[in-house]
Amino acid sequence: MKRSITGVQRQMKRFIRMFVGFSVVVALPAAAQDIAITNATVATGDGSAPMENATVVVRGGKVVAAGRDVAVPSGMQVLDGSGTWVTPGLFATVSDLGLWDVGAVSESNDLRAGDARFNAAMDVAPALNPSSQHVAISRAGGVTRASVTAMPSGAIFAGQGAVVDLGADPNMIVKPRAFQIAALGEGGARLAGGSRIAAHVELRNALREASDFAAGRWSGEDNLLTRADAEALGPVVAGGQPLYVAVERAADIRTVLRLKSEFRNLDLVLLGASEGWLVANEIAAAGVPVLADGLDDLPSGFDELAATQSNIGRMAAAGVKVGIAGSMEQTRWLPQYAGNLVSLTRVPRATGLSWGQALAAITSVPAEISGFGGRYGVLAPGAAGDVVIWNSDPLENGSVPLRVFIDGVEQPLSNHQTRLRERYRDLDESDLPKAYDW
Amino acid sequence: MRLMGRMLAAGAAIAALAACTPGSGSSDVSSASDANTSSLAEMDDTPFESTYRTYPGAPTALVGATIYDGTGGRIDNGTVLFRDGEIVAVGDASLSTEGYARVDGSGKFVTPGIIDIHSHLGDYPTPSVQAHSDGNEATSPTTPEVWAEHSVWPQDPGFSRALANGGITSLQILPGSANLMGGRTVTLKNVPSRTVQGMKFPGAPHGFKMACGENPKRVYGNRGRMPSTRMGNFAVNRQTWLDARAYAEGDREKRDLAKETLAGVLDGEILVHNHCYRADEMALVMDMADEMGYRVTAFHHAVEAYKIGDLLRENDVCSAIWADWFGFKMEAYDGIPENAALLQQAGACVVIHSDSANGIQRLNQEAAKAQQAGIRMGIDIPDGEAIRWITLNAAKAMGIDDRTGSLESGKMADVVMWNGDPLSIYSRPEMVWIDGALMFNANDPKMRPVSDFELGQPGEGDVK
Repeated sequence: MKRSITGVQRQMKRFIRMFVGFSVVVALPAAAQDIAITNATVATGDGSAPMENATVVVRGGKVVAAGRDVAVPSGMQVLDGSGTWVTPGLFATVSDLGLWDVGAVSESNDLRAGDARFNAAMDVAPALNPSSQHVAISRAGGVTRASVTAMPSGAIFAGQGAVVDLGADPNMIVKPRAFQIAALGEGGARLAGGSRIAAHVELRNALREASDFAAGRWSGEDNLLTRADAEALGPVVAGGQPLYVAVERAADIRTVLRLKSEFRNLDLVLLGASEGWLVANEIAAAGVPVLADGLDDLPSGFDELAATQSNIGRMAAAGVKVGIAGSMEQTRWLPQYAGNLVSLTRVPRATGLSWGQALAAITSVPAEISGFGGRYGVLAPGAAGDVVIWNSDPLENGSVPLRVFIDGVEQPLSNHQTRLRERYRDLDESDLPKAYDW
Repeated sequence: MRLMGRMLAAGAAIAALAACTPGSGSSDVSSASDANTSSLAEMDDTPFESTYRTYPGAPTALVGATIYDGTGGRIDNGTVLFRDGEIVAVGDASLSTEGYARVDGSGKFVTPGIIDIHSHLGDYPTPSVQAHSDGNEATSPTTPEVWAEHSVWPQDPGFSRALANGGITSLQILPGSANLMGGRTVTLKNVPSRTVQGMKFPGAPHGFKMACGENPKRVYGNRGRMPSTRMGNFAVNRQTWLDARAYAEGDREKRDLAKETLAGVLDGEILVHNHCYRADEMALVMDMADEMGYRVTAFHHAVEAYKIGDLLRENDVCSAIWADWFGFKMEAYDGIPENAALLQQAGACVVIHSDSANGIQRLNQEAAKAQQAGIRMGIDIPDGEAIRWITLNAAKAMGIDDRTGSLESGKMADVVMWNGDPLSIYSRPEMVWIDGALMFNANDPKMRPVSDFELGQPGEGDVK
């Protein structure tokens, strides 16, 4: 059901064909191109099945049309997409892109600030580095948009995350302070001083102090939050900024859902929710979306005893809006997570996602949960021209983008890894050491 | 690994690699000074002997499937016959199946049981609580005296996930990489058992876990003791080997657990599995092995192996690697997805490993990703070769390739029937046999192991 044994030559030809003209593109200042991609297998990211022999038209940095009966406007550059697949750019939710270089090299890593004096007020936006290799490598993996967050480290609040694009340009930020993260469950318990009970008091106290601050009732003397943290949580209490709550256990999920009875305006998103399938109907009834780990199936802790790879499929079947998170380090693994959920549809008693649903879970659904429904993660009229041309079924092992566009601007796909690959294509040092091979 | 696990873990941002980074727990240090004057010759030379026995299995003929035989070969519409725990014959549709229960494999694929050369299941089991952190005896930079099998918890639910989702039939459990010399590894058959002895692969050689680079020097340097540098790593290693040689060249009368392990390596009976990321360090280790009179069987996590494929080929050292992990630590910064393919091109031995309770469930996908990365750069890697990376090559580097790792007559009937091409992401194991006994059947809810830990808990017996 996959490629022939000797697909090498065909693949190479496809690469060469699709890369023709590319060097010219990268040499020019980034500019949106008006292009039509024809004869491709197109998946729009909205949950529908892929369409063969379809066309995608991008003009002025936005998608104009995508489908089978799309006419190519005259005078537009046409790319023959025969043999390729075209999708919207992937949306990597709750990622750490642009916040670190090397995980274990702490000075290169802005993910944690356990000794900081602030927590909810922390804002990732000023720290983002669009030149990070992780951004470049993710971009080459077809990720065009992401939400980015630091980690809760000194308190239950991680601070404010941003929505970003992965374009090779200096401006990474699409929307700063787009969401706040709070950890409850086992992780939150530890951060709050040792128990879930403490974590819930922390959360409620913080939200009440933030309400006081917003209402002008802030004394500053008998408050536990800093002024900055209280101010930052104002939009959370008012519902203008979503609150992502990290929990896994079914009981913890129920507790989070009940928060809305105390703080009516909270715009909640569940993060993790390994046992979500046990309470799927309640989550669906509450209308709370979920960003879940794609393939969690081990009882990593006592709050994940019921973890199963069928979690996402079962929640989706119950009507929960579920996007795939869970690839903090390498967002380019998102298609592998999605493809695995499709494979579950062929396993007796398991519940997976259809191919279209699986793609949506890494494109349009996380975009919607991030507040960018219809704009990112979908090939629909008016959406951003974030388009990826893949060499094969994008959810299949080893499928890679041939070309990536963000807002209609073609993106470079080279990075540290591709440069190493070219240097070590052979081990010949007969003339000079490898250091001269670049 | 929970979604926010890394997010919430205190300390290093590499909690995902907990197994290869030291946990903070410590168990009792086994003392090598408890002198026992009885000679080795008088001792049982196979303590903690395997009690594994093959489970009953019917003579079985898998017919009509596409077969990857593990040696690199592929047979379309093939037949695999096994009985009494052994492969009887592998061939095309003309093989007679008389006397065998036929299993229709049309549209399906058959491979040898998948083998993970690098796992910490049982030593770092789930639930991942501190009380279960048994993989690093991080109290001394050299602990050749510890044996991974003494830490294995057979009730780790991870074994069943590896079986049902990954088709894993054999695996090597290693101590972690906090220490330069972490201790002996153990090779297991992936069968549920009340005891670790009941899982031990009969007759498999012990391995010896060593580690280069950042981990040992960080763990001990942070405590103000040697080694705190890479040069310190080598100095401690070399002196330890010199002392071991003196022991090995003596009468070996006085029992010394650490020296016995090292002497076993020098004798060539224990295989060295050396965690080592950087190319330059691997080259130094191979020279150290030459100097001290042992050989390295495999470098594990060798993310820079592609830079020295020629050296690795010349030294006949395997590289056990991930498909595409990189960047989580400094010595992993130059990892590239083409590592396996470039090694294959150089004629060096490739093994795809997991080092992960999650990754072990998808070694077939990792092999496919590494294969495709090669194809993209023009290196032709037939499907059968990619399967070899997770079967026969792993078996070879574990010293069990005469028993398993390929579908050849006389070998253990460790067999996976997949519901599609295992190199496709859309395929999963449908049936798994270990020594000819059916141990997993996706079509039968009861033919799925459930560990003691999971009984009576939410999700007991679920598809996982």
